[in-house]
Amino acid sequence: MSLLLETRALSRSFGGLKAVEAVDFSLSRGEVRAVIGPNGAGKTTFVSLISGRIAPSSGSIVFAGEDVTALPAFRRVQRGIAYTFQITSIYANLTAEENVALAAHRPGTHAGRDYLARVGLADRAAQRSGTLSYGHQRLLEVAMGLALRPKLLILDEPTQGLSDSEIESFIGLVRDVARDATVLLIEHNMPVVMTLAHRITVLDRGRILAEGRPEDIRASDAVQRAYLGTG
Amino acid sequence: MSVRIILLHAGVILALFLMQFLASDYVVLTFTRIMVLAIYALGYNILFGYTGLLSLGHAMFFATGLYGAALGVTRFGLGVPEAMLVAIGLGIIVSTVIGAVSLRASGVAFMIVTLMFSQAAFLTVLYFGDYTRGDEGIVISDEFRRFSLFGLEADLANPVLRYNLALAFLALAVAVTLAVIRSRAGHVLVAIRENESRTAMLGYDTARYKLLAFVLSGAFAAFSGASYALMFAYAGSTLASIQYSIHPLLWTLLGGAATVLGPVLGTALMFLLVDFASGFTSASLLVVGVALILLVLFFPKGILGTLRQRYLPWLP
Ligand SMILES: Nc1ncnc2c1ncn2[C@@H]1O[C@H](COP(=O)(O)OP(=O)(O)OP(=O)(O)O)[C@@H](O)[C@H]1O
Ligand SMILES: [Mg+2]
Repeated sequence: MSLLLETRALSRSFGGLKAVEAVDFSLSRGEVRAVIGPNGAGKTTFVSLISGRIAPSSGSIVFAGEDVTALPAFRRVQRGIAYTFQITSIYANLTAEENVALAAHRPGTHAGRDYLARVGLADRAAQRSGTLSYGHQRLLEVAMGLALRPKLLILDEPTQGLSDSEIESFIGLVRDVARDATVLLIEHNMPVVMTLAHRITVLDRGRILAEGRPEDIRASDAVQRAYLGTG
Repeated sequence: MSVRIILLHAGVILALFLMQFLASDYVVLTFTRIMVLAIYALGYNILFGYTGLLSLGHAMFFATGLYGAALGVTRFGLGVPEAMLVAIGLGIIVSTVIGAVSLRASGVAFMIVTLMFSQAAFLTVLYFGDYTRGDEGIVISDEFRRFSLFGLEADLANPVLRYNLALAFLALAVAVTLAVIRSRAGHVLVAIRENESRTAMLGYDTARYKLLAFVLSGAFAAFSGASYALMFAYAGSTLASIQYSIHPLLWTLLGGAATVLGPVLGTALMFLLVDFASGFTSASLLVVGVALILLVLFFPKGILGTLRQRYLPWLP
């Protein structure tokens, strides 16, 4: 499998806090990778660096063979990196359909409908998205990510606030997406992680603590102590 | 574009066309002025209403058109059509430069930066008093306002021609506004207003779109300013002052920000209100102020904005 994404000694600090520290990370095309770790481990910061939402303090990012470290976020999106926000960031005053049409780069058309249907929101197309339930807003985020037709889809805690049945269909959706995109999934819900991920990266205090197949991660003592010990 | 949207806008233009046959000379003159200034407000609305960027300095672009045209015909020997085009071209150039700089700021900082630039432009007008004649202003004599176009002789001192030309310009401005806001770019401008960081994270070059809105509004302002100078034979520094940066904001708010016809309605209402109030009191601005406060209380989205919210969801 060829390499899609690579970070080299990627770091970001906030004041004295090293939120992400010297992370060497690589991702193959077609992979579903989960990133797990305790609260504040630096997961959101790490994927924000990849998406260009925040700038690194040092290190570099190579995407599809190109060094994108200096590219502004919108250019990375154009290159195929899509980011769905952990803290929902939709157009609250626009309808669900308008949100997705913007993501599909065809605003003012019905181009978003298919994506809404894929996340199960077809019947909400005309609803003002700010009035959707929290779970539905999360799904709308995902639909917007899909509409970008990315090479790499970054999902930051997508199942937060979803019901069990919604999580079930979400798992099916990610499998579906993974047929033609690479998925980087930040997720606290361990059953979801174990079902979906080909490999798991464990972040702790800004560093990679472990990386491997789900069964190895589950068995790892260090991971148990840092993270899984609770569950 | 839906039929009723076309009918509505064409109907407004038609009504303004028919009005000249019924109204007094004074009303015709007032509406000539309203229509010319409404172009200014229409452009301002693209930036403020649709893109969500509040500039306090658009008088500098209005003045660019105003002085570009006035000096063009009086000092540089340009004919009326050439002076118009040059003035608009200058408006585009100046707003591109100013926009590129001031859009580096956002929010309150953006307001302050545009205000400062405009103040500098105002002082520049006064500084070059030899050419601009300061607040006394340039009076354009009638010989400079006669021109021929496509073999037709025209004289801007003729009130009928002036009215219909202003109407044609307004129609053009409304059509361009409609085309812009219904285009892909227009939707992106609204997206920027609603959530700029999200729009960037959808792969849009938000800086470029904001500059586009800025330059469009600058071009409209210069178009309006140039028309004003040539039609009313005057260019004075008052028209470059802060007051003229505030006007389009008030007109837009009154009529309804982010509605196409709102700025036109707002401009007309404000003029008529001032006119009406000054008929019976010297404190006409007080009356206007009270009216504005009432409007903000009862029509917080402006007249057309509130109408759209309550009754006419299809209104563009
Ligand atoms: N913009 C910021 N300014 C200052 N500190 C920040 C900022 N963003 C994140 N941090 C800090 O960086 C650390 C990592 O935060 P981050 O949001 O990346 O963690 P996370 O792994 O996504 O956590 P969670 O599971 O709660 O989402 C935290 O200590 C957080 O407080
Ligand atoms: Mg996070």
